[in-house]
Amino acid sequence: MAASISPPADLSAALVLAPSTASEWLVILPVGWCLAVGALLVMLRRSLGLQPVIAIAGLAGLVLIDGLLLERVAANGPMTMVMGRWLPPFGIAFTVDLTGALFALVAASVALAAGVFSLADINDSGRRYGFYPLLMVLMAGVSGAFLTGDIFNLYVWFEVLLISSFGLLVLGSEREQLDGTVKYGFLNLVATTLFLVATGYLYAVFGTLNMADIARKAESLRDSAPLMTLVGLYVLAFGMKAAAFPVNFWLPASYHTPRVVVSALFAGLLTKVGIYALIRVTVMLFPVEREEMSFVIALAGALTMIVGVLGALAQTDFRRILGYLIVSGIGSILAGVAVGGPGGVGGAIFYALHSMLVMTGLYFASGIAMRLGASASIVTLAGLYRRHVGFAALTLMLCFAVSGLPPFSGFWPKVMLVKAALDIGAWWLAAALLLTGFLTTIVTGRLFLFAYWREAADQSGEAVPVSAASLAPLAVLTLLALLIGLYPDPLLRAIQSAAAGLAEPSAYLNSVFPAGGSQ
Amino acid sequence: MEAWFSLLVSIFFTVAVYLLLSKFIIRVLLGVAILGNAVNLLIFTGGRLTRAVPPVIAEDADVLTGPAANALPQALILTAIVISFSFFAFLLVLAWRAYDELATDNTDEMRVAEPVNEPAPPLGY
Amino acid sequence: MKSIILRTVAPFLTGLMILFSIFVLLRGHNAPGGGFIGGLIAVSALAIYGIAHGVETVRRAIFFHPMAIAGAGLFAATVAGLISIVVRVPFMTGLWIYPSVLGVEIPLSTVMLFDTGVYLVVIGAISSVALSLEERGGA
Repeated sequence: MAASISPPADLSAALVLAPSTASEWLVILPVGWCLAVGALLVMLRRSLGLQPVIAIAGLAGLVLIDGLLLERVAANGPMTMVMGRWLPPFGIAFTVDLTGALFALVAASVALAAGVFSLADINDSGRRYGFYPLLMVLMAGVSGAFLTGDIFNLYVWFEVLLISSFGLLVLGSEREQLDGTVKYGFLNLVATTLFLVATGYLYAVFGTLNMADIARKAESLRDSAPLMTLVGLYVLAFGMKAAAFPVNFWLPASYHTPRVVVSALFAGLLTKVGIYALIRVTVMLFPVEREEMSFVIALAGALTMIVGVLGALAQTDFRRILGYLIVSGIGSILAGVAVGGPGGVGGAIFYALHSMLVMTGLYFASGIAMRLGASASIVTLAGLYRRHVGFAALTLMLCFAVSGLPPFSGFWPKVMLVKAALDIGAWWLAAALLLTGFLTTIVTGRLFLFAYWREAADQSGEAVPVSAASLAPLAVLTLLALLIGLYPDPLLRAIQSAAAGLAEPSAYLNSVFPAGGSQ
Repeated sequence: MEAWFSLLVSIFFTVAVYLLLSKFIIRVLLGVAILGNAVNLLIFTGGRLTRAVPPVIAEDADVLTGPAANALPQALILTAIVISFSFFAFLLVLAWRAYDELATDNTDEMRVAEPVNEPAPPLGY
Repeated sequence: MKSIILRTVAPFLTGLMILFSIFVLLRGHNAPGGGFIGGLIAVSALAIYGIAHGVETVRRAIFFHPMAIAGAGLFAATVAGLISIVVRVPFMTGLWIYPSVLGVEIPLSTVMLFDTGVYLVVIGAISSVALSLEERGGA
């Protein structure tokens, strides 16, 4: 095998010589698994009946792998696997800590829910066009972004998920979709190019791309290198990916155009990948610069919240309202990043996970509402409560959750964020958070009043059956939101130790450089 | 050497930003292409420039003797080129399809997804 | 394309170019070449054949749908990385075997499998674009 090349030099300085364990393989397996299943689906492009079965089984497998990974990471701390045996920082490292594992697990669950929902939403032409392979490649990109420990590799996964998201967005090639995709495509490409610019500068300054290596070298370079410029570029690039205020316009312009299940997937995954990268870079790699930039980030966060929720108030289209609510949620997460500390970062992570579940659920609800009421506008949509009581109840619960009312998942992160903001004396940020919560309640209340509560003009409308495939994922996500709201303790503990691991990344560094940092 | 390249990179960025600010998709597309090349040149310069010494280990040696050109930026650029090329191809086709369907390449007139003069949301219940 | 010269030469040219693309693919491990460039050469061969004899002939000749070829390539590349799980070394570690066929030692490796995967992905993806563009051109 590998030993048959006679070793001419001391290999222990360059290669990992210890055999890799099964749990280390869990680090890379989510990506490898998604790519393998995606490739299989491309090969089976003719068997349209088989595709959803394989894809859903694959996503269930992904949830299982991510669950095992989270369990291992929670028990043993961060884990690292390098590509091709090369020791970090030379080899590309995949390093998973609690933050990455939590995000990966929730993303996989959301994708599984979307996979089931797609049974009712993606017809044969969508399957022929390649919805399921694109979904698997998208998940490979998302998992890779959450699990990688190398910043250039993060860029590559961003591009993988971006190109598959393009494919998903134009699925069907209607005029609206082309319009939305043009805006989405160009602005996201500019955002990732900005990310690449920042990474180019980072490489020029540090001479390394491994995140752990950057974290430990930042201290010594702080006086001599323009790190603020770097972090500013990263904040702009990731802010654009996450749809933060001055650069958020691509999101409400495009998220209401594709198939409902695609909107739901994007709502759960794409902006959150940007947020994750922002948290990783600002909180873990450059904590001092984050502190200095905190006012700018807080201001952007407050404006994002307010602009988002006001935008939602001005809309009539169900899905466009939801698009603005995503933007508003991103503002709350940015507020947490700006405040920092265990409360702020923990609140940001919690809010991001909550938003992944709830926004996906709300987009599912919008899809079912559009089918029940044959309209997307709340001007004409009416009487949904009468059409399907259970569905209306589920939507109402999600509306409560997104507004941050107890006993749902949105309540706890909001409490954490407001408390963290008050603790550092940023009363205006706390006020913005509370005002946003209030306005969001009005937005969702209005949505519910018009679309669900109001009597339909014609009572004669024949009953439209709602398939179990579309109702079940909605119910599961809603129940998860309720469960987290009623019993937040385990998740809260995990998030607190995740935030602590980001603030004090010694365990992360130890996992990448076990010897204590000789290179 | 690096200083001259930085100047060149800045010219690339200026041209790219100027084109990106245009309303017309085709110019934006050219801007994206130039932006991609600007970044590639930036990474190349960022890896420091060494002339005429390729990083090839001699037949009878185990390690490089003496300073050689940095090979890593070239690997990064190769990745970035492949990615930006495929994106450019995708966006080109997309722009063409959009021009075909929407009959305009002026972004101001692309209002299918967000129509102008929408009815106001209902004010009373 | 009506040119009788092109139509006569195209089959030979295509065969030679595909042979050359495989040569470039195989020499890629220690010398300039590799799956990406090899794949591009193979696609140009198919494109020339398509210009000379029509897209339908090419589609019949490659038998599989281009995207299926790309999928097989992606699958091969992923599997090449995952094989190392069996020998307990990290993902994507290059593994070599040296089977002897008719007294000649042939070095085979997961690296080569990965490169072949890249070769197939490039052939599949780019020829699918090229062929659909040629079709639209009304050749």
